Amino acid sequence: MSRGRKKRILIAKPGLDGHDRGVKVVARALRNAGMEVIYAGLHQTPLQIVSAAIDEDVDAIGLSILSGAHNTIFPKIMSFLKDRGASDILVFGGGTIPKKDLENLKSLGIGEIFTTGTDTRAIIDYLNTTLER
Amino acid sequence: MKKKLSTDEMVKRLLASDRRSAARLITLVENEMDDHHKVMSLVYPHTGKAMILGITGAGGAGKSTLTDHLIGKFREQGNKVGVVVVDPSSPFSGGAFLGDRIRLQSHSQDDGVYIRSMASRGYLGGLSRATYDVIRIMEAMGNEVVIVETLGAGQDEVDVIHIAHTCLVLVTPGMGDDIQAMKAGIMEIADIIVLNKADLDGADRSLRHLQGALTAGSFEEGEWMPRVVSTVSAASKPEDLQGIDELAATIAEHQAYLRKTRAIDQVKYNRVEQELGLIFKDELQKIIFKGLKGTGKKREYIESIIEQQDDPYSVVKEVLNTYLLTGE
Repeated sequence: MSRGRKKRILIAKPGLDGHDRGVKVVARALRNAGMEVIYAGLHQTPLQIVSAAIDEDVDAIGLSILSGAHNTIFPKIMSFLKDRGASDILVFGGGTIPKKDLENLKSLGIGEIFTTGTDTRAIIDYLNTTLER
Repeated sequence: MKKKLSTDEMVKRLLASDRRSAARLITLVENEMDDHHKVMSLVYPHTGKAMILGITGAGGAGKSTLTDHLIGKFREQGNKVGVVVVDPSSPFSGGAFLGDRIRLQSHSQDDGVYIRSMASRGYLGGLSRATYDVIRIMEAMGNEVVIVETLGAGQDEVDVIHIAHTCLVLVTPGMGDDIQAMKAGIMEIADIIVLNKADLDGADRSLRHLQGALTAGSFEEGEWMPRVVSTVSAASKPEDLQGIDELAATIAEHQAYLRKTRAIDQVKYNRVEQELGLIFKDELQKIIFKGLKGTGKKREYIESIIEQQDDPYSVVKEVLNTYLLTGE
């Protein structure tokens, strides 16, 4: 069928909250946009997420965090990626993340944070633009 | 950092079990990128020793959950394990939702386990086209066991038989009677039939139907007669799991049978024969479409067929004569 490189995106929910409706909506939208979504599901530790991303050779990791733990989880993921020589993998995220935290998260190297209410088309456009190399 | 390593360097690292190189090489092969054939030539001498286990069955039968337990058994035996899990690609968008990792988490931090999710990318037969090559990459990585889990299969997605040495077909209670079990296709490729979710109602009847259907077959002296093993692979308490040890033992028995009777030679022969057929088909198609590209002839041919000035077979014959037999 389709040849050439397909975008592979790991979608996961780190931490303890179990609200996965939003992340499933995003995963489905990316699928419908022609991407291969590896859905890792709930309660993933940063180490699990980074290992899965490396084994699956994904272009990007999308994280949904609604628990308020974003300031702990994102830095851990970025540091594990760096340790494993995988900083080239794009990390983006979404969820209930206060505006005041966005700048700090971006300074860690997080590509983009999509807060609640974002149209899935914005996420697709972002990935299509950013991952064209 | 990406793309810096040469293909040769990545293969060298693969042979030293480097996960990132394995992962990148799999992507390269899956996307049929430029060095695809070169990679496989370099990898090939380092393959052929692993045990390849195929797991198939309908969506929701419990393939991934069972695979998770089997990985544990193979790890206990001291084997490194590679796992390929295939899920379908969308026929509309070409995208995919690969969700098998959710049930393959017990070994997520075990360096001796490498799991890769793949989309079928329009390839029929329950696998993806690249699966053949990906198994070899996993073998070259040093895995003694490679498990291939098909997408949710119906009656006819039987390609796993061409790849696997031992083939498990999962069924669940209530999926049909002995007539279903006697149909050609997926039920015939089983070396071991796994009746999973054997704690559900109707399991006893299903077991009788399956065994009845098997004993209606005729087997030569010394030939492997498929076994039925009942399992419960999902349980809230470990002590409620059933049949996993028996299944692991039955797999070992089948492996011993393959080696003892040299039946493994036939399995290997069939695999290569099947693979050569696929490669010929792919390469011929590439040559022909390359020849047609930019000439506008493909459209002309298609339209002449629709308008019934020509028929498909005559067109193919003409195209083959033009682009293949005369060497373009």
